[in-house]
Parts: sequence; structure tokens; C-alpha cells
Amino acid sequence: MLLAFDTSSPQVAVAVTDGDEVRAERNSAQTMKHGELLAPLIADVVADAGLIMQDLTAIAVGVGPGPFTGLRVGLVTARTLAHVLEVPVYGVCSLDILAAEAMSSGVVGEEFLVATDARRKEVYWGAWSAGRRVEGPEVERPADLAARLAPGTPVVGEGAELYSDLLGTRVGPARPSAGWLGRIAAAEVVELLDPEPLYLRRPDAVAAHAPKRVS
Amino acid sequence: MSEPLVLGIETSCDETGVGIVRGHTLLVDEVASSVEEHARFGGVVPEVASRAHLEAMVPTIDRACERAGIALHDVDAVAVTAGPGLAGALLVGVASAKALALGLGKPLYGVNHLAAHVAVDQLQHGPLPEPCIAMLVSGGHSSLLRVTDITTGVDPMGATIDDAAGEAFDKVARLLGLPFPGGPYIDKESSSGSSVAIDFPRGLTSRRDLERHRFDFSFSGLKTAVARWVEARERSGEPVPVADVAASFQEAVCDVLVRKALDAASSEGIEDILIGGGVAANTRLRAMAVERATDLGIRVRVPRPGLCTDNGAMVAALGAEMVARGRTPSALDLPADSSQPITTVLV
Ligand SMILES: [Zn+2]
Repeated sequence: MLLAFDTSSPQVAVAVTDGDEVRAERNSAQTMKHGELLAPLIADVVADAGLIMQDLTAIAVGVGPGPFTGLRVGLVTARTLAHVLEVPVYGVCSLDILAAEAMSSGVVGEEFLVATDARRKEVYWGAWSAGRRVEGPEVERPADLAARLAPGTPVVGEGAELYSDLLGTRVGPARPSAGWLGRIAAAEVVELLDPEPLYLRRPDAVAAHAPKRVS
Repeated sequence: MSEPLVLGIETSCDETGVGIVRGHTLLVDEVASSVEEHARFGGVVPEVASRAHLEAMVPTIDRACERAGIALHDVDAVAVTAGPGLAGALLVGVASAKALALGLGKPLYGVNHLAAHVAVDQLQHGPLPEPCIAMLVSGGHSSLLRVTDITTGVDPMGATIDDAAGEAFDKVARLLGLPFPGGPYIDKESSSGSSVAIDFPRGLTSRRDLERHRFDFSFSGLKTAVARWVEARERSGEPVPVADVAASFQEAVCDVLVRKALDAASSEGIEDILIGGGVAANTRLRAMAVERATDLGIRVRVPRPGLCTDNGAMVAALGAEMVARGRTPSALDLPADSSQPITTVLV
């Protein structure tokens, strides 16, 4: 029984898979509430699947790229749960989740792009060819990315929706699905990574204020 | 039933703290600090702190359990700082605490950082005196609280209207060419100086100020007065008597702190004062508080310096009290609140 979740998008996505099938799956209704919603959603999905936490045998987590705060909530939850339950934890690039769903549903051909919202008017993206990620993940301005893009290349993910004037109409899923994360991680048809966040950006190297503690 | 075994997580600033207590007994207090990473930026960078918390979290939990000689499954409850503090930093600790509680099937308590600074004293001196006046003094906070029940009833009486006490120590230390953080160096210099050499101002103690700010503090004017005095000395070409300036400054800070804490206790008819936070490590503050309080028949408790700074043990200590007094645990959708008020002890 594999618990899968992704917090790289504004939503929280959680699923339990048994290797073949998705046993239960939920997405948060609210956005930008990863810290509040992830743990209760995990509890709900495990219950939906008719399981208890101790039935879980592995954890798969989307490691981004994505907004840092949500990403950290997912990763620290995955690492801590794996530690408590004494089960392995696998990281999966969140763009790979979108690509897997798009390829499986046949909405893309050999060559396509996955692009998600990186905020600051940029996108996180990766390029696929013949079923494999051949470029990325990287972070870039959509105009710069579009300039190198072969005309007619399908673009999967929310990035296409936000910058459709540059990247064309979105095809396939907008946000990573936990069910697909669970499927591809269980089947090992995706690169399994350490549960380390793909930040792709350095921290803003400026102290927000003088050294100051709450207490 | 034996006393509850509680694991506490603290990530409100740049230190990842994990403490484990059994009732009022401290078993272990583990801290991983990212302070060196921040030093080159000249302050705590929130994003750097958050990244460091993620990396340190599980190893610190693991080390704490190992050193306490317990298995995670022995833990009866998990406590975590829900606020106040740096939002992104708090979130890492809160998410980890939820995962622990969920994985262990044990209750979760999201608690107030400032109340935890008070509760930590029971690890050293046993059950808290209630009611008591708590004075929290540190680099980010100076406040007077009335504590009737550490799990539900903490009310603010006063706070600084400008600089925190610890900030004043740091700024004056810099003026005198002493290293950061200034507190311990001012304390050390003062031991060879005269505390009555210079009559520095006592903020918010005039009759008029007392009407509106009886239990509030102000250290900004004091800091400016020290700066002016030092500048005047330098202009006249005379050497600055560092030890005398340090001792006189320290005396002014401690005088105001102790006076107001005693006034708060007297006005409420409360016979116990508890002092916490980093500045509580100051030797003059401890001595003066005990000396003046004794004359008034008031008892003073100050935890040892290691328990005064931010740590996981203080969170565990407050969590243990929540368990002991049967408080309702927090829900799994507990938010981290960077500006959590002191009146919210348990979320
Ligand atoms: Zn503190």
C-alpha cells in the first residue's frame, strides 16, 4: 500500500494505491493551505481506502519544482511519516507526474512540454521526447521558453493556461494528480529520487530584518 | 499511570529544537542551528532558516530519541510551536509534528512560543506557581504576563513599546565595541565597573508615563542616552570607561524590569514572579530581582540559562502540562500563526 501526495501546485493532492489501482484519492478544495490541509487529507484518504496508517508500506512524494513553502510541507511530512512508519520514501519530479498522465491518456505525441506556474512571471518546465524527459526541470520566463519552442508543440500543465498567448492551449492535466504519482511510483516507470526539494532558485540572500527573535 | 512522555518541536526562528520530557522531568533537549548560515547575511534570512529546518528536522528527532533512550512509539503526545515566529519556519515544524502525531496515532498540541518560555521553568523548579507574574525578556520580546493557568489563562499586562531588552543589550554592546550577542559581554564587563557611575534614564517610569504605561517598557531612549554619552566622551578626547558604561546601562535596564515586575505582582496581589527568555541569563537581573523581591515577601524563579533560550524542551514542557490538565488536543488542520497572540496558549 503506497501513500502518494504532491504539494507542488496550489492544491494538495493525496492518494493511496495498491500497486495496480488507486484505492482512494482526494484533492483539497482550498488552495494555498498546504500546511493546514495535507495531514487531514492523508488521514481521510487512508480511511477512505479502508486502511490504517500502519498498513502503508511506502510513501511517494512530489518533490517539485513548485512554490517553496508548499513543497517543504510535503517533504517534511513525507520524511517524518516514513521515519515513524519505518517505510521507504521516494521522491518524484512533479513535472513527471503531469507527463505520465498526459502520455497515458494519449493527448500528446512523441514530443511535448510540461510547464507549471513558478510565480514571479516564470514557469517551471521540462521537455519530453519518446517517453523520456530530455530537458529540465528548469525555471524560465515563458517568452524565452516560447522563442525556442517548435511551433505546434503541445504544452501540458497549468503554465500553458497562464501563458496561453505564448505557449498555446493547454493539453492534458493542469496540476499533478496523486493517483498518477502513486501509479508511476509503484510501477517504477519513473525516475525515483531522494525526497529532496527541487528548488531551482537560490534563497533571496537578503535578511528580511535585523537579527530579531520572537523571544 | 506514569507521567506522560511528550516530544516537543520548536522551529519559530533559526534553531530546530526537539525536546523530550516525562512530566516535569527533562530527558533531552536537542538543537540544530543554522545561525552560521545567517551570519554572512547579517541577520536571519527566513528562506535560509526554512530550508535548514527541513534538512534538520528528522535527524534532530532521531537524535533526541536516541539520546533520551526512547523509541518514537513510546511518546504519548506531540507538542509544537504554532506561533508566533517566522511563518515559513513555523510551518516546517508544524507539518512534521502533524506527521508524527498521525503516524503514531497520538494527540497533537499546537502551543504558544511565549507561554512555552514560562512553562519550561517546571523542568527545573517543579510545578509552576499559579497565579504568577511572568516576565519574558529576550532579543525579540519584553513583556509582563499574568499567568493564572499556563494552559488556558495567560494575559498580557504590558510590553515594550519600542526595542526589546535584548536588542538594547546588543546595540549598546556594539557602541562599546563588544561582540554580538551583547548580553553576556555587557554582563561580564559590568562586573568590574560601577553601576552608579552614570545616571542613565529609566524609561516609562515618570509619574506621567506610569499613568498610561505602568507595565510597559521602553529601551530606545536609554540606548540613545548611552550613545550620546559615549560620543561626548570621544569628542572630548577622553577614554570611554567601558566597564562603567556597561554596568550603569545594565543597572538601568534591570532596575526598570525588576521595578515593573514587582509593581505588577503587588498590584495583582501575586507572590510569585517567573523570569524567562534569553536576557533572564543576566546575573545582575537575577540577583536584583531576588534581592528586591525578598524584601517584599515575593518569590522569584528563573530557569537556568540553557532553558531560557529557544529550545524544544520548553514546548514539550507546555505540552506535558496540556496532557496533565486534560486539555483538548489540536485538530490536524492546525495552522501555523506567525503573529499568534499570547492569549492563545493552545490552538
Ligand atoms: Zn523565544
